[in-house]
Amino acid sequence: MSTRQFGERVQRREDPRLLTGNGRYLDDLGLGALSAAFVRSPHAHARIVDIDIDDAWEVDGVEAIYTWEDLTGRVAEPLPVLIPHPALTHPRTGYCLAKDEVNHVGEAVVMVIARDRYLAEDAAQRIRVTYESLPVVVGVEAARAAQTLVHDDAPGNIAAHLLQEVGDVTAAMEAAPNTLTIDLEIERSACMPMEGKGVFARWDADEGSLRIYSSTQTSTGVRAAVAAKLGMPLAKVECIAPDVGGGFGVKIMHPWPEEVLVPWAARLLGRDVKWTEDRREHFISSSHERGQLQQVTVGFDDDGHLLALDVQFWHDNGAYTPYGIIVPIITATQLLGPYKPGAYRVEFWSLFTNTVLVTPYRGAGRPQGCYAMERTMDAVAAHLGIDRAEVRARNFIQPEEMPYDHGLMFQDGRPLKYDSGDFPASLAKLKALVGWDDFAAYREEAAAQGRRVGLGIGCYVEGTGVGPYEGGHVHVETSGRVNVATGLTTQGQGHQTVLAQIVADELGVRIEDVHVTTGDTRRMAYAVGTFASRGAVMSGNAVALAAKAVRAKALRIAADALEVSADDLQIEDGVISVKGAPGTSIALSTVAVLSNPLRYAFDESSKAATQFAGTFDPDKPPVADDEEPGLEGQDFYSPTQATFANGMHAAIVETDPVTAEIRILRYCVIHDCGVMINPMIVEGQVHGGVAQGVGGALYERMAYDESGQLLNASFMDFLMPYASEVPHVETDHLETPSPLNPLGLKGAGEAGTIPVTAVIASAIEDAEGFPVRSMPISPSELWELRRMHAQSPVPVPAQEGSR
Amino acid sequence: MSEQTTDTPPEQLLRISLRVNGVTRTASAPARRLLSDFLRHDLGLTGTHVGCEHGVCGACTVLVDGQPVRACLMFAVSAQRHEVTTIEGIGNDPENLSPVQQAFTECHALQCGFCTPGFVTTITAYLEDNPDPTPEQAREAISGNLCRCTGYQNIVSAVCRAAEIRRDRSDRTEIDQLVDLGTPDGEGGSRA
Repeated sequence: MSTRQFGERVQRREDPRLLTGNGRYLDDLGLGALSAAFVRSPHAHARIVDIDIDDAWEVDGVEAIYTWEDLTGRVAEPLPVLIPHPALTHPRTGYCLAKDEVNHVGEAVVMVIARDRYLAEDAAQRIRVTYESLPVVVGVEAARAAQTLVHDDAPGNIAAHLLQEVGDVTAAMEAAPNTLTIDLEIERSACMPMEGKGVFARWDADEGSLRIYSSTQTSTGVRAAVAAKLGMPLAKVECIAPDVGGGFGVKIMHPWPEEVLVPWAARLLGRDVKWTEDRREHFISSSHERGQLQQVTVGFDDDGHLLALDVQFWHDNGAYTPYGIIVPIITATQLLGPYKPGAYRVEFWSLFTNTVLVTPYRGAGRPQGCYAMERTMDAVAAHLGIDRAEVRARNFIQPEEMPYDHGLMFQDGRPLKYDSGDFPASLAKLKALVGWDDFAAYREEAAAQGRRVGLGIGCYVEGTGVGPYEGGHVHVETSGRVNVATGLTTQGQGHQTVLAQIVADELGVRIEDVHVTTGDTRRMAYAVGTFASRGAVMSGNAVALAAKAVRAKALRIAADALEVSADDLQIEDGVISVKGAPGTSIALSTVAVLSNPLRYAFDESSKAATQFAGTFDPDKPPVADDEEPGLEGQDFYSPTQATFANGMHAAIVETDPVTAEIRILRYCVIHDCGVMINPMIVEGQVHGGVAQGVGGALYERMAYDESGQLLNASFMDFLMPYASEVPHVETDHLETPSPLNPLGLKGAGEAGTIPVTAVIASAIEDAEGFPVRSMPISPSELWELRRMHAQSPVPVPAQEGSR
Repeated sequence: MSEQTTDTPPEQLLRISLRVNGVTRTASAPARRLLSDFLRHDLGLTGTHVGCEHGVCGACTVLVDGQPVRACLMFAVSAQRHEVTTIEGIGNDPENLSPVQQAFTECHALQCGFCTPGFVTTITAYLEDNPDPTPEQAREAISGNLCRCTGYQNIVSAVCRAAEIRRDRSDRTEIDQLVDLGTPDGEGGSRA
């Protein structure tokens, strides 16, 4: 009897390779390729007056130098707006190389290609670009004030304005016994994968074809974008995502200028060309996220039930909008979390600034939304003097109300309709895990020792597994090896393991025999990409469907060979046998031979298959009309809507009474992503997510000065947490299966990050006794807040609105 | 694009010889070539990764005479006459993992794997000096390396687990040696 793999803590199949230096990341490929380096704008906003490249040519080893003037065809046109939206009334994108104007520090102006990167950088340093400075817009407040415009033809610096309303908020707010208005701020951060971006392109002159390797979260997207830009047939372009050293969202944006320029140059030069982003380039030219100003007005009754919620926020989208307004749309819809808001109105403005563009970063707009909602919940609790967990519980959507339709449109253009979840059960688990009811005693004990501690809480619901589709292909070789392909990419989430677990069970083979390929357009040309916690839901279900098809075909062929009914057969450990009569059997590898009536005994399996060769009917063709040779199958999974995972976090922090240093003493997570394929991997995703959340809550911010210079564009200055800053994460799970897909899955990739900023703000507020309205928060900022509140000793949790 | 000229003299190349993973390797490179780039691009040992090029992230950590060193902060020429160990030297065979590598897979201490070689080299050197760390010491031992994926707690577990595996393997090696010598203490008969 073979062991079921699904649901087990199976060790990862990708690990031994990655642990021994046998991984193949982008920069590990293309030994001997020419190397590209870029001259990037030192100005946040300027007109390009002149580019002098003569000196650069004197560097030995330089092969080519390109400015916008040299670009041809569609490569010279602006980059696409990938995801248009009717509310995005003033979309703006840059060029592959800046034409006339630059709009942020780091925008690429000139590309140099040389024998190696050192020489390419030598040449780049000799290029003299003359700029005429233009006024600069930095930060949401300046963008909103619109004294200066980023793009002359985008009035008010407004790229997009969107309003959604459910119910009559004005009437509900007027009728509410209590109202509060809360102003909030959340800062810019960035994904910062340990491997930056990179592109390697190989032009095959004999075939007239192009092969691109990119450190991307969507190889099919890059392939299509490059084919379109270069005016090539799709069939002549391949794109492969090799091992990718982390993505977290920044590698879903595409095409990056370099993804177009490097293949374009490779074709032009007939040489392999590679570009590997360095860390400073990543800081100043790869996207950021998170920066918003928010204003929440909430109406509620004396028991803390929400009656009306009116949210306005201003979102910093940076200099361009190539990825549309996905991030603010998610904030607007997902901030509702597990709650019924009463009447709800949300309105946002997505604003241009002269800073790096903003695209999804793990959580994608949700950390900001969760922050707005959870700060509001704490404010309501403080106003009424009710326990913070209790206020939350009173506003929960109840399990019997599932599926729950909020009446809003989600980011995928489909209804915001929760499929499953049991929020009261999650809260009960969280309170038990963190010891919610015992905290008052702990606080007293700590206070007696002169210590200051606080408890924070945050709840979220996360739309995961968004469509439109993913595919799966399963092929059984005559050796018994099972090849599985899905077009979706991987950046460390363990897809090669969890997809193998699914196929091993569906097909009835050993997991050791299953080999998964991801993100290779040669193996699966139709795919969307890895983002929005969709990998397991989309590709997991797709490979399960494909494996089922292969299983059915294998049983059909085996039934013929064994002269029994397919219904009487089972597959275990790669052997098909008659139920109750295991002696009558045929190996799956042999069935693979029989599936392809090729009369060559090229291996042991095909020799073994000859014993079953006598069953054919001479009047029928070897391959029936409705059949295909080979034991393989392909299928696609396309859901009607997203799944909705959820979770709740609580943290205990200690703040130093003198230095205002903030230390996380405990961090607890209840996590519900539906059925877990591999709990070990799910927990790993939660740990990593919390670590990124802690960075966002306490350390990470993009420090731009008023002239648009990023002052902390290095790991020395942009503080990502080390092991010394990340707390041990205690986890517990609740599995409410999604009714939307056969495996009952919901996504798990981003959950850990979403509530952390809200939770830490809540805990610091609880420790200090005054509201925390701006995150991240450093010790010096906390110290400053203390000073401010000491001067006005009556803490005001939020402004009271007019009634 | 303007016409190409080559007015400046080509950069002088040096024959650089390094002992890497117990083998002498030689390649031509300029004096300014970083050790990390020399290992990766001149010697083809791509297991050493570069995450920041300013010595903060630790992804490029290799052992120089057994001590962890940031390969992005050292020139290849200055590593001559020293013994360099990269991740490939610690264990290059996926079927035969070193104790630290084995512990990493058991504890799920890696996700994307990019920073992993730097952790493995760092921890391997650490356990030579501190073969029996507490979890707190393990956390401190890895606190100079950045990881963006794992949240570190599984890496902390892996440090402790690696220490166990090392002890376990060294016990077994002793038993194997005893068996090889044919002493009556050994179990399971001769391996000869």
